[in-house]
Amino acid sequence: MLIRPFGWNEFWIIVMAAQWTIALSAIAFAGGGIGGLFIALARVSDSKWPRLLATGFIRIFQGTPLLMQLFLVFFGMNIMGFAINPWLAAAVALTLHASAFLGEIWRGCIEAVPPGQREAATALGLRYYNRMRYILLPQASRIAVAPTVGFLVQLIKGTSLAAIIGFTELTRQGQIINNATFSPFMVFGTVAAVYFVLCWPLSVLARRMETRFSRATAR
Amino acid sequence: MDVRHHWGGPKLYNFNFEPVLAGFDQLLIGAWLTIQLSCAAMILGLIVSILCAAGKTSGIAPLRWVIDAYIEIIRNTPFLVQIFFIFFGLPSLGLRLSPNSAALLALVVNFGAYGTEIIRAGIESIQKGQVEAGTALGLSKLQIFRYIIMKPALRTVYPALTSQFIYLMLTSSVVSAISADDLAAAGNDLQSATFASFEVYIVITLMYLAMSVGFSAVFSVIEKAAFKYPLSR
Repeated sequence: MLIRPFGWNEFWIIVMAAQWTIALSAIAFAGGGIGGLFIALARVSDSKWPRLLATGFIRIFQGTPLLMQLFLVFFGMNIMGFAINPWLAAAVALTLHASAFLGEIWRGCIEAVPPGQREAATALGLRYYNRMRYILLPQASRIAVAPTVGFLVQLIKGTSLAAIIGFTELTRQGQIINNATFSPFMVFGTVAAVYFVLCWPLSVLARRMETRFSRATAR
Repeated sequence: MDVRHHWGGPKLYNFNFEPVLAGFDQLLIGAWLTIQLSCAAMILGLIVSILCAAGKTSGIAPLRWVIDAYIEIIRNTPFLVQIFFIFFGLPSLGLRLSPNSAALLALVVNFGAYGTEIIRAGIESIQKGQVEAGTALGLSKLQIFRYIIMKPALRTVYPALTSQFIYLMLTSSVVSAISADDLAAAGNDLQSATFASFEVYIVITLMYLAMSVGFSAVFSVIEKAAFKYPLSR
């Protein structure tokens, strides 16, 4: 096998692979945002079945490894007759994963809105949809911003597991380059640095928003 | 895999759990290693966390910078990359580890970063007056740290620590990527031997679910036994 040195070329190949990490994170975040909203609404619903189903969904996804979720979707799609496609499997698994986690985070945020708001809205004659749309969700969304950004960091890191089912994003590209250059220290150092550049600003942002929010509500 | 056609209808998949049951003892051995690995990583990681939290609140600036850098680097990079760095990268510095030791080291380093932040929050929840009262009683610095700061701090952050531990146990499945001998790796071996991939991973996922439910139960028993004071003391 031809071993080539780790140079600028290899460095850029790794950096450019971050676009797939970003794309996968964006898809999972968008899909998880829609799914998470439904899960959160079902979780705080007045009727029993949606609440039970949502709780079960959250428990399963929070009580099992993301890696197993990826494998199950990957092989599950195969036996349902879809061709094996790591990109699609990773997007579906991460979307479901994000739905469960965002659903649980947002449930907490909806429940954190003082109960008087809901009672007042009901007293004003607002039905479920308008009560959620105009009274509860806007207030819950302000509480939700900081923990949601915090979860986005988790999600970006989670996309690295797509490498294990063979989707070529940042981590997998690192493995490929490492197999060609045999300089794991440089390769995985670079990979880690790229993740850090993606995640750290978001972590700082989440922390700032949390401090500002707790200061604003402490008055 | 047994795939049948039903009068031109969609393909139906017949689940076949027999090969999984035949290899179930392998999976149990893997699960046991996952439990051992997670528990060892938790205990060592907790020690790292307490030392780093003590260092962070010590007021020595360079020490705080180093610990902050450690926490930020670990919390903003994926565990998979950390374990690749440790397993493949460290040998070039002369530190060659077996897959299982590399897995343990990676889990300890990872848990330490999250644990430090949790314990620091606990330490900061202790009121200054408590420490001053300890000094007034003539307790040594170590006694103050152990009895007045750490004990109530750990009680405060116990729920956060236990959910972080369950997260660690689930994350440990990633060590199968460097072929350590944990449950996920046992599953990989079994699925490549039997080709019953979906069935294998269903069973393994349920085993992880059972372990996280089991650990939650154990933790709530420990909580009731260990944190009864001051009622029982």
